Amino acid sequence: MTIWESIDQAPVSLKHWLVGLLPAAVQWLASIMISGVAIIAVFATLFAVAVLLERKGLGRMQNRYGPNRVGPWGLLQPVADGIKMLIKEDIVPHQADKVLHLLAPVLLVAPALLAFSVLPMGRGLTAIDFDLGLLLFFAIGASTELSVFMAGWGSHNKYSMLGSLRAIAQMISYELPLILAAVPVVLLTGTLSTDQIVAAQGSMFWQWHICTPWGAFAFVTFLVCALAESNRSPFDLPEAESELIAGHLTEYSGFKYALFFMAEYFGMMAISGLAITLFLGGWQAPLPSLSFVPGWFWFFAKLLVLIWIFIWVRATLPRLRADQLMDLAWKFFLPLALLNLVVAAICAKTPAWIGWPAALVLLVPSVFGLGRLLRGTRPRGGKRIYQYAE
Amino acid sequence: MLGTGILKGLAQTALNLVGTFRKPAERLVTVQYPEQKITLKENFRTIPFLVYDGDDPEKGLRCTACKICEKECPPQCILIEPLRDANGKLAKHPKVFDVDLAICMNCGICAEVCPFDSIKMDSVYEITADDRFAGLIHHKEQLSKSNEYYHSIKPTEATEVDGRLAEEQRKADESAKAKAAKAAAAAKAPAMKPAAAPTPESPAP
Repeated sequence: MTIWESIDQAPVSLKHWLVGLLPAAVQWLASIMISGVAIIAVFATLFAVAVLLERKGLGRMQNRYGPNRVGPWGLLQPVADGIKMLIKEDIVPHQADKVLHLLAPVLLVAPALLAFSVLPMGRGLTAIDFDLGLLLFFAIGASTELSVFMAGWGSHNKYSMLGSLRAIAQMISYELPLILAAVPVVLLTGTLSTDQIVAAQGSMFWQWHICTPWGAFAFVTFLVCALAESNRSPFDLPEAESELIAGHLTEYSGFKYALFFMAEYFGMMAISGLAITLFLGGWQAPLPSLSFVPGWFWFFAKLLVLIWIFIWVRATLPRLRADQLMDLAWKFFLPLALLNLVVAAICAKTPAWIGWPAALVLLVPSVFGLGRLLRGTRPRGGKRIYQYAE
Repeated sequence: MLGTGILKGLAQTALNLVGTFRKPAERLVTVQYPEQKITLKENFRTIPFLVYDGDDPEKGLRCTACKICEKECPPQCILIEPLRDANGKLAKHPKVFDVDLAICMNCGICAEVCPFDSIKMDSVYEITADDRFAGLIHHKEQLSKSNEYYHSIKPTEATEVDGRLAEEQRKADESAKAKAAKAAAAAKAPAMKPAAAPTPESPAP
């Protein structure tokens, strides 16, 4: 075992050593607990890093400094934010359903953390490695809608209620193209296990699924739907802090609000992790000559790049209108995801050279045709009609 | 084409990101406040202050305690008590001049109505206090500021005011002189009058 390999396997061997210290009867429990604690610790740290990256990055992209007061270059800003959130008053509305109001943020964070358990973060670094990993991920992802509804209902506030319904409508709408974008991967690799999906992609970057005719489009669809699914800008209109009264978050303050905030980031990281697993080769290095670098390094490097793209998009694009949001999901991405499934089927059953031409012939005209439909019947440069305003 | 707008936008934000590091002076608009401060415009105004001439804030105070500003102040934040001498006669000087900054809305009406160019608008903005009741009531001593200070914050306006005051002073001096001359003349005239005066009343004999 070389030094690089031992670094690569360090998390695994550390866990084995810790488990070995305990009596055999509780080893199974300790193994699960250690995985859980490790996931929470690593991703909570990453949450702080992502928040800092977002605030600094957004600032620079908007020609400001961003936070630069707390600690050197403002690096301790997440700590200050955390302390502020912890010591703020926790307000519960008088008529709120106390139990639901408390449970909603907890039940939002828990599945987001649970989703990390099936992501392969390195060679042999999957907390739960079983055959239905992908299915489990989507099942867990779907359960977050319930806690959003709990938040809206438990607050006993009509604005929260409407806001939560709006959020649920968005999440359910985008779940469809999201899952349909993942289906071609399952179709081509023939497995639902995340470990085997990573293994099916080679150790060279042109062997990854993003460089296949069906994968390139599926990745873009997946990324856009991931933005919508994690309520990130430009699809953050359930919250829309600058326009609405924050939707289902209206009645939350203090640490419960921080939990929602945390859940948003965990969700973003989990879905980015899945995008890496499905399309970007998981923990594998882009070139075989680089494969001596530990797998977990590549996973987290790719994760930070994807989070950076999320931040970049947030700094750039304005928020969509509710009907535009629904149009984009149902009239654009859903038919295209289905068409992409056809492309994937063609790729699976025909010689390799047919793949790219078939994808271009099928997808490019459809993207432009459906894009034109999205614009509506209004001619370019014509007068905008406000249906409900006049 | 579909999506080009998005790509253009992404390119622009990326340009901003790089630009803030390469040319910070051009890109970054932030003023790092407690260390850096923007230079204030001359017409920037916050709270009122009282102008005094010369070196003594008490003696040189232009205020005559006429109470016009106190009456005109929309939120009623000014309190004036005129100084009286032993006989209860007004000394044309304020004994108490308080401005409650918690109430003041920085409208500048007091400065507009003041006929003696005594009350003017200041440009200080760091006026927080530990005690939000007593600490925010500024007394005559805190409000009195020299004419030099007025010149330093609002040179144009202060010069104009000085010119006007000097002109008024000149006119007042002239009219006083004229009056004095007239009075002197009048004082002389009655002395000559009886001799020169005809006696129209006296009936013809």
